[in-house]
Amino acid sequence: MSMIGAWLASDTPSTYRQAVAGRFWRGTLGLRHQPMILTGTSIVLVFAVIAIAAPLIAPYSPTAQDLALNLRPPSAAHWLGTDELGRDILARLIWGARITLGIVALVSVITAPIGLILGCAAGYAGGWIEAALMRVTDVFLALPRLILALAFVAASGPGIENAVLAIAIVAWPPYARVARAETLALKHAEFIEAARLAGASPLRIVLRHILPLCLPSVIVRMSLDMAGVILTAAGLGFLGLGAQPPSPEWGAMIASGRQYMVDQWWVAAMPGIAIAAVSLAFNLLGDGMRDWLDPKQK
Amino acid sequence: MIEAQAITARHGANAVVRDVSFAVAAGESFGIVGESGSGKSTLLRVIAGLHEHWSGGLVIDGMPQGRRRPRGFGRVAQMVFQDPYGSLHPRQTVDRALAEPLIVQGFGHDRARILAALDAVGLEARHRFRYPHQLSGGQRQRVAIARALMLEPKLLLLDEPTSALDAAVQAEIVALLGRLRAERGVTFILVSHSLAVVAASCERAAVMQEGLFVEEAAIADLRRGNLRDPYARELFAASLGFRRG
Repeated sequence: MSMIGAWLASDTPSTYRQAVAGRFWRGTLGLRHQPMILTGTSIVLVFAVIAIAAPLIAPYSPTAQDLALNLRPPSAAHWLGTDELGRDILARLIWGARITLGIVALVSVITAPIGLILGCAAGYAGGWIEAALMRVTDVFLALPRLILALAFVAASGPGIENAVLAIAIVAWPPYARVARAETLALKHAEFIEAARLAGASPLRIVLRHILPLCLPSVIVRMSLDMAGVILTAAGLGFLGLGAQPPSPEWGAMIASGRQYMVDQWWVAAMPGIAIAAVSLAFNLLGDGMRDWLDPKQK
Repeated sequence: MIEAQAITARHGANAVVRDVSFAVAAGESFGIVGESGSGKSTLLRVIAGLHEHWSGGLVIDGMPQGRRRPRGFGRVAQMVFQDPYGSLHPRQTVDRALAEPLIVQGFGHDRARILAALDAVGLEARHRFRYPHQLSGGQRQRVAIARALMLEPKLLLLDEPTSALDAAVQAEIVALLGRLRAERGVTFILVSHSLAVVAASCERAAVMQEGLFVEEAAIADLRRGNLRDPYARELFAASLGFRRG
């Protein structure tokens, strides 16, 4: 163990792999002093495990109805109670974690690369390319996210795939902004000029030299945005434009529980708590990441 | 090697280099001295193709040069920058930094050439996989010099290569540059605010003030203060005063 530790911590790495591993190792060590990241990551990981293991740990099927047992308060048989159709709320929450985390993952995978590449390209190219790309992002940034997403879903039809696409369409511009700002600051750095002088093409400079340096800011921005994505997805679900019944999406669960809120509070409160917990976890993660990765904070 | 005819370069509306002409023969070492803001770095960047707003005639290695340089230009001229902390990519190992010019110019990731280049600038194989933050300022500048030499250019442009370093390391770098020039016959154009550095590494030098070449002299004359222009004499006197102090 200590040998591996010494290999990783070495200041004189002898292979490329060791150099890269060492850099990650030092970064990981730095994580010990970041309670916010640790807390956020643990909560997210717990939800991720729940989502992956849903078929194993859910006590009931998320769609099995038992009208005789509808709107029951939390009990030993149904830990979080049942909803208006007698479905177990805990089972629905567990299966719903898949949907929520799936949306977050999909949106991040779609938006971050698009925003990053467009922003870096705009910043490095300058001139009319930059003007055109940035005006497009301004158009998207000018409208409130949920309203714009609503418009897209309303146009393309309700459903989870369309909700993901709609959120992705409205979520990429901030990344482009961040990446462009970073690129503008880096573009005249001497190491970029050295690459130009070596004869590297603009494409190569953007992808191999500038983009890796924009990555930390985009990751920070992304983890801060994940909570917003969850809320937007839940909002769309709540308005009936996201996941469709009987899918156990948390926002849709709140919407159906709304009618019983006064007498059977748990129907709406349980998914609400789940949404709050995951959003909080992603916010902690994002704030922690900003403290940890953002060089300007140090 | 290089012929510059009436070069004028602008930053916005400001002409920072005005009507400068000079020629440097192959294998020669030419210095440009001047205070900050005299336009000497901009002139060097014009030659390197990093500054686009200029006019005049520029012939490098027999080829007339325009605003944009062809890809192969990297094999003709390379540059060493002033700040060794800003001229290396913070997320790239030394190996990556040295391989980049080779890969870009189509030679591939050649391990032997990288090791040879490290050796030539007085670094060891164990430095190969370090990140810039694991190196001292002098070591970084050696990496930057090695990178500039990877493509075996005929012309090396040196922009204050020692001014960000402390005195002892400065001397080492000046000695290293002298040795590399003797071994490889590379043409040098060295820009510095320090007469001492220019005198130590160049055969001929120009004094630049407010964008103009006010004096061009052999290094022996520069050393003796045998200068026509009043500003150049002033600069010479200032450098003496600095040495006494």
